[in-house]
Amino acid sequence: MHDRNVRRRRAVLLSLVAGSLILLTAYFGESAGGPLRSIQRGFLEVLAPLQEGASRALKPFADLAGWVDDTVGAKGERDKLVKERDQLRADATRADQLTRENAELRKEVALDQESGLKSSRPVSARVIARSPTIWYATITVDKGSSAGVEADQPVVGPGGLVGKVSDVSGGAAKISLITDSTSGVSVKVALTGVGGVLKTAVGKPDDLVMDFVSSTEKVKRGERVVTAGSRSSRLESLFPPGIPVGIVSKVDLGELDVDQRVHVRPFADVRKLDFVQILTRPQTAPELTAQVP
Amino acid sequence: MGVPVAIRLWVLGVIAVILQLTAVSQVTLLGVTADLTPLIIMAVGLLAGSVAGACMGFGMGLFLDMALLQTLGVESLIGVAVGYGAGRLRELRDPAHTLIPVAAGAAATAVWTVGFSVMQFLLGVDAPVSFLLARDILATIVVNAVIALPVYALVRRAVEPYLPDDPRRRRRRAYTTGGLSPISR
Repeated sequence: MHDRNVRRRRAVLLSLVAGSLILLTAYFGESAGGPLRSIQRGFLEVLAPLQEGASRALKPFADLAGWVDDTVGAKGERDKLVKERDQLRADATRADQLTRENAELRKEVALDQESGLKSSRPVSARVIARSPTIWYATITVDKGSSAGVEADQPVVGPGGLVGKVSDVSGGAAKISLITDSTSGVSVKVALTGVGGVLKTAVGKPDDLVMDFVSSTEKVKRGERVVTAGSRSSRLESLFPPGIPVGIVSKVDLGELDVDQRVHVRPFADVRKLDFVQILTRPQTAPELTAQVP
Repeated sequence: MGVPVAIRLWVLGVIAVILQLTAVSQVTLLGVTADLTPLIIMAVGLLAGSVAGACMGFGMGLFLDMALLQTLGVESLIGVAVGYGAGRLRELRDPAHTLIPVAAGAAATAVWTVGFSVMQFLLGVDAPVSFLLARDILATIVVNAVIALPVYALVRRAVEPYLPDDPRRRRRRAYTTGGLSPISR
């Protein structure tokens, strides 16, 4: 009897481990349209309404817990924000002047004035689930291909860029956030145009890093970072140009002192997203944009 | 283990994963979110044994991988390890101390988070890893250890009445209530 129990226990353990390894190998080896991924999308399709209902029902409790957490952290942030506000007031005054100049110059070169996110046909979506691990910074939203959402479309939230659509089913979509370890966004410093690719280090969602910025380029703390968009039709960026991403929090030298690492604090608080907007018709940068001063 | 227990465990797993994804993941404590999954798997292993624990770990891990569109098999493999380990602890040591769920919860979370990180390295995630990853893992273990006791109590309440009576536990109960104590005989 004892031997039979031991044999049974070992058999169950072996079959479960083997099952996991087979799934892992098969999933890793198949393409994006493979059967396992199709099953996953179908599963998400079934689960999404359930998640949406639970998300709505449990929101007051999550908000209450979040409120307690926020209140504790709010005092410490107040002084920092007062300084930032003063800096932003000065920036805003300068930006008003630049906007006026820009509008006049655009008129002169007869560029289309339709800009901003409205022209990108944004689709508002509610966040219904989020990944609990610090490795995969992903969320699931309640809009899918039936609402015009497709893979690789950019996603914005309160404050700025949030991420991109990485997988879609009929009624739901998975968003990989800019803080995901697999993410990489082409960005530039708004004022100086210094460009680079923004990546995240695992475990540091509040500190994105712009790598490979030449040490001869001047980047200052407090400067705003926006998406660079694409200037070439051959290597088109997924993200339209000019979406706010974050603010430079620190600049330090790279390993060989020939480049610098620009640390960026994202504007969007990706841990507290309730709604996001998916840009279903992202605008690529017109070739002329680069020529307009 | 009978069909009613299996159904209860299945329902428990589904509810726990949905709760985790929709509510618990939105609440941060010490800069991290609590993770119910290893705690539930650990509790089932401690209450129902290694086979039930391993099956629960596999099922919940697979459910999470499916719901989050992640690489299938990663979390189910770690879940099997957590559930089987907790079950073997019960079968070999049969710990009876009230605070065992706290220690077991911390150990289960450590295996879960460190195991997941190791799997990500093995699968070749192309991202720099910050020292803060270790701090986050530690904070998650602390937060999970704090909530391990109530989670264990809830799982026990939901599952224990339907589990077959364990002779060792029956004997221990009898000792504590005076029924079968050798002194009283």
